[in-house]
Amino acid sequence: MGYKAKFRVWRGDGGEGELKDYTVEVNEGEVVLDAIHRLQATEAPDLAVRWNCKAGKCGSCSAEVNGRPRLMCMTRMSTFEEDETVTVTPMRTFPVIRDLVTDVSYNYEKAREVPSFDGGDVKPGEFRMQQVDVERSQEFRKCIECFLCNNTCHVIRDHEENKEHFAGPRFLMRVAELEMHPADVADRRQIAQDDFGLGYCNITKCCTDVCPEHIKITDNALIPMKERVVGRRYDPLVWLGSKIGVVKRGKETPKA
Amino acid sequence: MTEIERLQYDVVVIGAGGAGLRAAIEARLQGKKTAIISKSLFGKAHTVMAEGGAAAAMGNVNANDNWQVHFRDTMRGGKFLNNWRMAELHAKEAPDRIWELEAWGAIFDRTKEGKISQRNFGGHQYPRLAHVGDRTGLELIRTCQQKIVSLQQEDYREFGDYDAKLRVFAETTVTRLLKDAEGKICGVFAYIRETGKFVVIETPAVVLATGGIGKSFKVTSNSWEYTGDGHALALLAGASLINMEVVQFHPTGMVWPPSVKGILVTESVRGDGGVLKNSDGKRFMFDYVPDVFKDQYATTEEEGDRWYEDADNNRRPPELLPRDEVARAINSEVKAGRGSPHGGVFLDIASRLKPEQVIKRLPSMHHQFKELADVDITAEPMEVGPTCHYVMGGVEVDPDTAAALIPGLFAAGEVSGGMHGSNRLGGNSLSDLLVFGRRAGEGAAEYASEVTVTVPESEVEAAMAEALAPYDREGGENPYAVHQELQQTMNDLVGIIRREEELEQAIEALGKLRERVANVSVQGGRGYHPGWHLALDLRNMVLVSECVAKAALERQESRGGHTRDDYPAMSPEWRKVNLVCRLASEGADGFVELKRQEMEPMREDLIGLFEVDELKKYLTEGELPSEEN
Ligand SMILES: Cc1cc2nc3c(=O)[nH]c(=O)nc-3n(C[C@H](O)[C@H](O)[C@H](O)COP(=O)(O)OP(=O)(O)OC[C@H]3O[C@@H](n4cnc5c(N)ncnc54)[C@H](O)[C@@H]3O)c2cc1C
Ligand code: SF4
Ligand code: SF4
Ligand code: FES
Repeated sequence: MGYKAKFRVWRGDGGEGELKDYTVEVNEGEVVLDAIHRLQATEAPDLAVRWNCKAGKCGSCSAEVNGRPRLMCMTRMSTFEEDETVTVTPMRTFPVIRDLVTDVSYNYEKAREVPSFDGGDVKPGEFRMQQVDVERSQEFRKCIECFLCNNTCHVIRDHEENKEHFAGPRFLMRVAELEMHPADVADRRQIAQDDFGLGYCNITKCCTDVCPEHIKITDNALIPMKERVVGRRYDPLVWLGSKIGVVKRGKETPKA
Repeated sequence: MTEIERLQYDVVVIGAGGAGLRAAIEARLQGKKTAIISKSLFGKAHTVMAEGGAAAAMGNVNANDNWQVHFRDTMRGGKFLNNWRMAELHAKEAPDRIWELEAWGAIFDRTKEGKISQRNFGGHQYPRLAHVGDRTGLELIRTCQQKIVSLQQEDYREFGDYDAKLRVFAETTVTRLLKDAEGKICGVFAYIRETGKFVVIETPAVVLATGGIGKSFKVTSNSWEYTGDGHALALLAGASLINMEVVQFHPTGMVWPPSVKGILVTESVRGDGGVLKNSDGKRFMFDYVPDVFKDQYATTEEEGDRWYEDADNNRRPPELLPRDEVARAINSEVKAGRGSPHGGVFLDIASRLKPEQVIKRLPSMHHQFKELADVDITAEPMEVGPTCHYVMGGVEVDPDTAAALIPGLFAAGEVSGGMHGSNRLGGNSLSDLLVFGRRAGEGAAEYASEVTVTVPESEVEAAMAEALAPYDREGGENPYAVHQELQQTMNDLVGIIRREEELEQAIEALGKLRERVANVSVQGGRGYHPGWHLALDLRNMVLVSECVAKAALERQESRGGHTRDDYPAMSPEWRKVNLVCRLASEGADGFVELKRQEMEPMREDLIGLFEVDELKKYLTEGELPSEEN
């Protein structure tokens, strides 16, 4: 059942490297990560790759397969022709540490700047929220932090200079998640615009296209955030929430 | 001379899963300067994979639930091998730990009243698992991660530095705990995966929260992180492990395609109505209800089905028996030739729920089968079989403070032992992480306030020499080959059903593997070198495997996650016995020594929570409460 697949894998570190050709055995049902692991176990024991769950749950194994940002553990070999060369390269937006492993610290820095959840005076055990009111934020909390969306977004993909002022779709969505959380009392609309660069986003939806969790980042998080920023309470769920007094918005919250 | 970075912290937590993060939060809240070390990136520890939920008797769905009922279920599930004090603390404190998560921003699924919803799971009398669809572990990790960020934001406001009091060392692996001349913990030795550079952190208090050991087995639901590091680090530092023979094989792992064999299929599938069938289309679990559980499970399909609607007046279906029972039943069906085409049995949710309900309640399972196996679970049954999932055995700890038996060492989460007895109930791990993570953080902080330490240079040199050894050896074996053989050995000889001769064979094979591990070699640089990482992990896997095999040979009975073909019955005499592993002499070439240790009798008020008739199934005559009460 197995066959020999042709692979080209980026090898290198410290800003230098090249695509190297390999031939590797592939068996029924395998994914790209299996092939990479077989390479490690046979001819390239030092091939660096980040992974953890091998089940699409941890968001560690992000890379670009034939130029497309993907989780290697969820990319089945059967999606390629047997004679096709499969090219695996590291995420382009982040500096390469070695081979397929990139330095994703940009993402952790941005995460630290988003003001945390603020539940106000409600005591643990006393939160009461309806399922319909939490569903929006729950969708965003499915995020496995693979950072493929941030890798893809053209605002920073080839524009290092924008990184400082742009948190990327992942963390703009985090802002949206907190804004739509029925029990959160902070107001992050102003900083979304001023500090996290919501205005850079021109809703191309490329982030949504690559999200392995199929989160509708652009439609459900970014566009509603833009509308909130201009003060139009558009999102019907939250509009309802604010009508029935669930959402108490205090004064503007500064960047953390 | 290789350069070493040197740092000082009050408390060092090894592990960034639920237990580690909760411990670190607590230590920081107690004012301690705290470091978290993790092999993977922040937010990606194994806990993210947990699906079904976290068990806590909040009574949101069935108001009859309370800590006593939860305690009873936990003891029954563990077949009374549990450390009862841990089971008690766990049952009492779990609700507060869940509510606290909500106050930190977690968003659980809701009941109609707007409270946290709770779902049914095997062995739990009432719906008890707080959950978010089937990605509860992700919610738990993300919430703790975000709580840590919020504490770092506070520190930033106060000190101008996010890392002032709480710092995460991601992708960093600890290879040794360091001890001073008095035998106290005084620090840890680690390498940074990215660069291969070494770090020594001086600290009086270390919390082990390193998770489990599944990567020593071939078919497992566990990730690469599960190489038993914490278990081995504890042993090497002179601490003890208890009941390492009890390993949970989850009944439902994927069996096809081969590359995903072992990946978990959550128990929520059965909690939400899914049923197990053999190749004759029969719901075989009705044939496998053991005597101790006869009164609590339905005897007909009709009754089992009614239970989902009316749990107060019907008994639960046997698909929801504790995991050890279901795993053995599946094993027997397959052996009897009634398995599915790829060597499992069928798990059917398609004929039980409408497609949209399946997608709503089990989104990750739907996704996982579609992407990885081309199976649409809303239309066809899944094929499933047992997979190595969880180790109940672990570091012997004091229940209240999580302190191990050497000064300065604490342990919480899967790496600790005792809480779950011989079999863990689903959902009891996530709550265990929070309850004992918090206690360990508190215990470590308290201890750190009283003790100061200095790291002796000799300890550092020895640790460094050990870490560099695979580079010094030339022409040694490839670590991947040795790992594969270890996994095969454990799978074949120390798996779900065990026998004396096979266990003896395993112990012999492990002795040889240990020699081979001492001889693996790697070449190249030290920056992000997975071959080197594995070479170092192998020491831990072999050590821990030896504990499992030796304890499995010693315990001559079958109980929970330890099934002996040659001793199929549960023995009240053995129930009283904890098997304790230590290293006979410190250092990687010490050998594992086993001791039998009598369990402390259960406190009277706790034993009073059970009917005497039930206790008779587990306890010896002498342990039973006198008849008049
Ligand atoms: C697929 C799956 C589903 C599950 N579902 C459920 C469920 O629904 N409910 C439930 O209660 N339980 C569930 N469990 C069990 C539960 O998830 C685990 O037992 C639990 O998450 C373990 O958490 P932990 O904090 O002990 O360790 P982990 O989350 O495993 O974290 C271990 C940490 O230690 C670090 N580490 C290990 N060794 C070293 C070292 N040498 N140096 C530095 N760092 C190290 C790792 O990098 C990691 O950060 C599930 C398990 C699996 C595999
Ligand atoms: S929609 Fe916005 S955030 Fe997403 S990729 Fe396009 S520009 Fe970037
Ligand atoms: S939103 Fe989607 S693509 Fe972006 S980090 Fe989260 S899971 Fe990945
Ligand atoms: S390894 Fe976890 S998402 Fe791929």
